[in-house]
Amino acid sequence: MTSIDLPTPDLRFDGLAGVPSTETPQTRKDFASDQEVRWCPGCGDYAVLAAVQGFLPELGLRRENIVFISGIGCAARFPYYLDTFGLHSIHGRAPTIATGLAVTRPDLSVWVVTGDGDALSIGGNHLIHALRRNVNTTILLFNNRIYGLTKGQYSPTSETGKVTKSTPMGSVDTPFNPISLALGAEATFVARTIDSDRVHLTSVLREAAAHRGSSLVEIYQNCPIFNDGAFDALKGGGREAAIIPLVHGEPITFGSEGEHGLRRDARTGAIDVVEVAELGAESLLVHDAHTDDPSLAFALSRLTDAGRINRAPVGIFRQVERPTYDDLARQQVTTARQTSGEGDLGALLSGRDTWTVA
Amino acid sequence: MTKQVKQLDRVIIRFAGDSGDGMQLTGDRFTAETAAFGNDLSTLPDFPAEIRAPAGTLHGVSSFQVHFADHDILTPGDKPDVLVAMNPAALRANVADLEPGATVIVDSHDFSTRNLTRAGYADNPLEDDSLDNFAVHQVDLTALTVEAVKEFGLSRKDSARAKNMFALGLVSWMYGRPTESTVEFLQTRFASKTELRDANITAFRTGWNFGETTEAFAVSYEIKPAVMRPGRYRNITGNLALAYGIIAAGQRSGLSVFLGSYPITPASDILHELSKHKRFGVTTFQAEDEISGIGAALGASFGGALGVTTTSGPGVALKSETIGLAVMLELPLLICDIQRGGPSTGLPTKTEQSDLLQAMFGRNGEAPVPIIAPRSPSDCFDAALEAVRIAVTYRTPVMLLSDGYLGNGSEPWRLPEVTELPDIEPAFATAGSEPFLPYARDPETLARPWAVPGTAGLEHRIGGLEKADRTGDISYDPANHDLMVRTRQAKVDRIAASIGPLEVDDPGSEHGQRARILVLGWGSTYGPIGAAVRRARRDGISVAQAHLRHLNPFPSDLGEVLRRYDRVVVPEMNLGQLALLIRAKYLVDVVGYNKVRGLPFGAAELADVIQGVAAELPAREG
Repeated sequence: MTSIDLPTPDLRFDGLAGVPSTETPQTRKDFASDQEVRWCPGCGDYAVLAAVQGFLPELGLRRENIVFISGIGCAARFPYYLDTFGLHSIHGRAPTIATGLAVTRPDLSVWVVTGDGDALSIGGNHLIHALRRNVNTTILLFNNRIYGLTKGQYSPTSETGKVTKSTPMGSVDTPFNPISLALGAEATFVARTIDSDRVHLTSVLREAAAHRGSSLVEIYQNCPIFNDGAFDALKGGGREAAIIPLVHGEPITFGSEGEHGLRRDARTGAIDVVEVAELGAESLLVHDAHTDDPSLAFALSRLTDAGRINRAPVGIFRQVERPTYDDLARQQVTTARQTSGEGDLGALLSGRDTWTVA
Repeated sequence: MTKQVKQLDRVIIRFAGDSGDGMQLTGDRFTAETAAFGNDLSTLPDFPAEIRAPAGTLHGVSSFQVHFADHDILTPGDKPDVLVAMNPAALRANVADLEPGATVIVDSHDFSTRNLTRAGYADNPLEDDSLDNFAVHQVDLTALTVEAVKEFGLSRKDSARAKNMFALGLVSWMYGRPTESTVEFLQTRFASKTELRDANITAFRTGWNFGETTEAFAVSYEIKPAVMRPGRYRNITGNLALAYGIIAAGQRSGLSVFLGSYPITPASDILHELSKHKRFGVTTFQAEDEISGIGAALGASFGGALGVTTTSGPGVALKSETIGLAVMLELPLLICDIQRGGPSTGLPTKTEQSDLLQAMFGRNGEAPVPIIAPRSPSDCFDAALEAVRIAVTYRTPVMLLSDGYLGNGSEPWRLPEVTELPDIEPAFATAGSEPFLPYARDPETLARPWAVPGTAGLEHRIGGLEKADRTGDISYDPANHDLMVRTRQAKVDRIAASIGPLEVDDPGSEHGQRARILVLGWGSTYGPIGAAVRRARRDGISVAQAHLRHLNPFPSDLGEVLRRYDRVVVPEMNLGQLALLIRAKYLVDVVGYNKVRGLPFGAAELADVIQGVAAELPAREG
């Protein structure tokens, strides 16, 4: 085998580098299409759509250079409601289409909108490979822990024991933790946010869009019809004790007075919940999303309840730099042209061994 | 010693050995020498799916057949004139294909009791009378090779491995092949391993000298160069020609090529080849699975690249849903299916034509897809260009049906002038003064605009849900759905207007006495059918031949052509898939001839079929 030394990449770790911007000021309305939004009343998707439409003008990109790609499911209708380019594809395959588009078009800002069934069940294989390749896309994973569009079957993130139309005696499946899965798949940007917290959602979108590579954003999203209240513990009164906020460089504390905190065992890496008053602030775990070793982010992801969610870390678990698949693939084309020149079709077809018949 | 030189007009040689014996390489080299000499040629590699099957067993036998002549030939030949067998298993697996009088060159080294038993021989065929009908040359190729290369200090095993080059040298002498290209090849291949390089070159030259000096080989043969159309030629396999056709289509359309693919036999060579040509703006993506391969290709097409995916039948099954999406999105996409024996995993390294109905109908809903089939290895180049022309012009996925025989087989290719290759015009949409309508159509082709992201004013959303006519908005309207289903079908049907009438080779039509039998084929059966038709004509049978490049839509005049003949014979390497389509569309009661043995038809076999049909024809009326 011949081994090829990869050139040292000189790449800007800026998710939007190469995407043309506009001087014309944009507003939320510029990103609303003429299509009537058809989600159920009270669906968490409305809040996410409003947040995205409100956030996109901030990027200052030309609308025609933004593409939203979705698969199948309630969330997959998302592209129809944005006045950008959009592609509503087939179940689970959006990451594949986004990969081909991102590799061939560095001038586009490519977004994937997917759900827990779309991304983690039928499309699980594509999701993990897109993440490990680190294709420059932002993936919004709407997790409502249920199948909505097919009317209420359990999903790969539903808690064990979930009673649904297809599991009248309760589901016997162990659910995925999407954050743990993404980290295991070598993702470079992994975050979680909540549909109803527009400020936090927007701040995570901002970081995700700025990240060069695959950004996975899990959005806890309420389905008022088939799984209403799945995230209620993280909303309304008492949420301070349920949400563990992750902020890079900050000690991790939670509770209405910040009375709880996290401590990491230096030897085992295990993370415990401790009372700040008992141990003192200096012993608390300080969040480091930028560390190359994913084990801290993984340990944090395991603090998410697997059953009914009464506690979950929210924020950016991991944000590290790694060359992207699409940049490296394009660089090979550039390198080939630089070293051997533009291809000559006639010479290619002739090859080395020709003969002439007079 | 003066040796006799005999003139021959054509020869079929089959090299056979263990899958580790290097028979494919030996065949490739002999082919290259033959091409350089200027004979017409056609090759048939045949190898097991196992990379290294247990040594000495029948199912581990790998072979390479080459047919070369001083005239235009169409097939790799039915029955070998010469069999080179490197062990008992190779002899036993191939001897039944020989006619009496054939030459057998056999490496006698490995005919031990153990190896004979492993190959299923109760008695040693070199010692009983079972080979009496053949001219048998027993040569201890292994021992001669080991002796010849001993100075290079290789292990016994490595020394013995050069025996394929000894055999190549011997056969090259027998048929007066030029040797320079093989020596150069070995110098390059083993440039970093000088002792292997020297051993292989020495084995090759010793094999040549052995032929020239030993009394066992009294005769050598001369096959004059073929009279071929003036031009520059090279030898090419179907998979290589297909890869070049894709690159050429990218160059002629100005589109960058994006290949999304997952390795699968016998298509992987196209992925390998295209990955070497990045300086032509070709990007290759080895995906996590077949679905991702085509998904990424479709994404690239959405972005304005030439999206291509390459696979075989099992991969097409996985890609079906995405092909349906491409039908709905009405975007250009090329899907190359290098067919192999099926169903399921089937016969990965053997050839078959059994994916025609899959290509035609293998999707949910009414999802018409144009289908193109090359008819010879070099024709894969032109077929790729034609498939891309249709995909780009009509904004549609196109299926190209090659097969394992075309993909791996080779023939001389008259090089085209690059400037004379067809132009392909992407005609991307631009913003006008009216609101953009993503599903408005060209009145002639019914193609919709190819509106790529990055074009201001063309922002739009498309998807797999049914589209409203013109606007492309989601529509559940019954009348609209009926209209759109019919429109997508009509668009594919209209391609027929761009493809010209079917070429029919009917020797009688010039003097008013048209043949009564037409042999109609598609894909890789072109060679065997053509050779069979020539034989039948030599035997006085008036028979016409036509071969379909376009399987969907058919040429507009196909029905009319079929009705001119009393009998239409359709040989296929499946159970009658084209026959089914023809009968359904034209109500013509064609005569099928169908075999699925994983091997191409023989010319003699098809000539017999034509004879049989001719014999049963009632006398001409009036």
